[in-house]
Amino acid sequence: MSSIANEAPKRIHPHKFTLWVAMGSIIMMFAGLTSAYIVKKNQSSWLEFDLPIVFMYSTLVIIASSVTVHLAAKAFKAREMGRYRLLITVTAILGLVFMGLQILGFMDLEARNIALTGARSNSAASFLLVITGLHMLHVLGGVIALVVMFVKAYISNVKNYSSLSIELVGTYWHFVDILWIYLFIFYNWIS
Amino acid sequence: MSNEAVLHAPAGAGLHHEAHGDHHHEHHHETFISKYVFSMDHKMIAKQFLITGMVWAVLGGLMSVLFRLQLGYPEATFPFLEDLLGKWAEGGKITPEAYYALVTTHGTVLVFFVLTAGLSGTFANFLIPLQIGARDMASPFMNMLSYWFFFAASIVMLSSMFVEFGPFSGGWTAYPPLSALASASPGSGTGMDLWLIAMALFVVSSLLGGLNYIATVLNMRTKGMSMTRLPLTIWALFFTAVLGVLSFPVLFSGFILLIFDRNFGTSFYLSDIFINGVGALPNEGGSAILYQHLFWFLGHPEVYIILLPAMGMVSEILSVNSRKPIFGYMAMVGSLFAIAILAFLVWAHHMFVTGLNPFLGSVFVLLTLLIAVPSAIKVFNWLTTLWRGNIRFTPGMLFSIGFVSLFISGGLTGIWLGNSALDIHLHDTYFVIAHFHIVMGVASMFGMFAGIYHWFPKMYGRYMNNTLSYLHFWITLGGAYMIFWPMHYQGLAGMPRRYYDYSVWESFKQFAELNRFISTVAMIVFAAQLLFLFNFFYSVFKGRKVTSQNPYNANTLEWTTPINPGHGNWVGEIPEVHRWAYDYGKDGKEFISQTTPVGADESSH
Repeated sequence: MSSIANEAPKRIHPHKFTLWVAMGSIIMMFAGLTSAYIVKKNQSSWLEFDLPIVFMYSTLVIIASSVTVHLAAKAFKAREMGRYRLLITVTAILGLVFMGLQILGFMDLEARNIALTGARSNSAASFLLVITGLHMLHVLGGVIALVVMFVKAYISNVKNYSSLSIELVGTYWHFVDILWIYLFIFYNWIS
Repeated sequence: MSNEAVLHAPAGAGLHHEAHGDHHHEHHHETFISKYVFSMDHKMIAKQFLITGMVWAVLGGLMSVLFRLQLGYPEATFPFLEDLLGKWAEGGKITPEAYYALVTTHGTVLVFFVLTAGLSGTFANFLIPLQIGARDMASPFMNMLSYWFFFAASIVMLSSMFVEFGPFSGGWTAYPPLSALASASPGSGTGMDLWLIAMALFVVSSLLGGLNYIATVLNMRTKGMSMTRLPLTIWALFFTAVLGVLSFPVLFSGFILLIFDRNFGTSFYLSDIFINGVGALPNEGGSAILYQHLFWFLGHPEVYIILLPAMGMVSEILSVNSRKPIFGYMAMVGSLFAIAILAFLVWAHHMFVTGLNPFLGSVFVLLTLLIAVPSAIKVFNWLTTLWRGNIRFTPGMLFSIGFVSLFISGGLTGIWLGNSALDIHLHDTYFVIAHFHIVMGVASMFGMFAGIYHWFPKMYGRYMNNTLSYLHFWITLGGAYMIFWPMHYQGLAGMPRRYYDYSVWESFKQFAELNRFISTVAMIVFAAQLLFLFNFFYSVFKGRKVTSQNPYNANTLEWTTPINPGHGNWVGEIPEVHRWAYDYGKDGKEFISQTTPVGADESSH
């Protein structure tokens, strides 16, 4: 791919910049959804229920994964490649665990007879499913990016000294982490 | 009439090298596939957007001619329609279902596929790297993906017209319940599914493109090209991209909720309404107004996504062809910025009659009317740029002046519609149709035509035929006013939009002949567009060749590239920029290219 950047050292790399704009775009999507949530909550027939406890654990898991991805970037820059590969693997696994815990949360709601979809459902629970589900898809995107980097770290014969990829993934990973913390606070206290 | 006769340009001042050879810097081998199909060259991607947009413009325009036939001649039958549309026009008369499908698809296609992708897709791709001095976009690969997502969206949207029960027919805004219930209307089933898939792909395409445009403008400018030296085209395309990146995701979230209501039985938009033949719905507590909020939060910025690129190109073309600096450059940038901010704060003016709290409505009235301020600044600056200019009436210039005329005419009626009290009477009437077609639809089409005529020599290294262009301009301008001006009167008389047949309404029988007049003009204007298409495609292959590198004696960087630039745009180094783009008629020089260093004896700038 011929990305032809003007070599100006002070300027932020175009891909990094693009990522920041893309994150702004994702924020707008979740801002749209959470505003819709507030509008809907203030209308009639809104079901009040307690959030699944498991969301608390998933929050801890995703915070832990933010720490590991940060350490992975540090390891890469120190050229400790074994440690780097281990840490991105742990991060990816933590991401999958996070998604699993979210699904457990949905099952918990269904078990408490709070339908997420279908004719019995209330939009309070449906919103939880849609917003949390969309966030899970964004985490999945991060996991896929990590898997690609993991495979690259093994397959490529050429030594890669550019920390751009890990920095991009790290930034994105912290972003989905903070996004979830926002949603968690939003569900519990703001709305 | 030849271009030289119009331009009567004294060659010489400033920069005027011989054109360099075209290809000697292209070291990689290009196949047909990598050059014309999966191209990563921003210029080729721009042309792909343009041609796809043209195909859609013809289809969307043809649809409007078809439904105008029904409106103008409600009693007549046209046997050829049955040949064309089959069961949708049995006995030569368009069925009500087909009428609504045509109106809906016309709106969706023109707003999104032609005036969003076709307009900013084409010119952002073509002009941003050329005018800021970059070899390509920040990510050429993402740029290519952006086009192919648009192409996929086009295929899905096109296929929706051939499914058994027809395409979606509930209006381009796709309000629930018509869009949320498969049983609500024939087009609400498969047609709506395909509509949603197409629009989701379209949003992805827009986002990929927009991200790239922003990153390119902010990061890839050549040496010396500070933000305040950017041509106004780039500023406008930049704000367009920002609007798109911030508003399309909100539309997307609205669509996601719609998909859940359609397919998973949730109650975001649907409540226990009673449907004929189905009975009461099991849903509870949903609100269709919620969809309107999410839709118009995109929908209003979308208006400016369509309009801003036209504004930017018109500013540039007016200045080049008046041989004068653009009047009030910083005011132009500031008003673009103000419009971009206000675009996000006015969406509820589409919803004045939905039971919106009147106090909240009055806030939105104020914010809406505030847009008149930056809009007026822009109009005055365009007029003062023209004032006492040494005007060259090239086709691009004529369309730019036409744009200013249409923007004034259509903008003034916006002041009427922005008032919530007047809107009670005017909402959903032909007055609204007239307003937005003039100010957003036709005006932006004029911006697009201006851009095509002006930059055609850069795109294809050939000229278009001027006689045909002038014919195209005058028929289109006159026709646009003859079509939409009378609609104001119809709207003031209370004639509602979207009706199939007005001849059965006592109050609107008086408009039968006016409707016939509008339909007739619409057909003539459509035919004039075929003239443009012929001119365009003929000139791509057979047009007179461009012989000078800078045929307009313009200042901007795209005219420092070879006549047919290869991938990478400049042979050798990218030129350095020393001044803004609008030094026309300065110190007795007719024009001074942006690449000319500031001389010691030069007056301050």
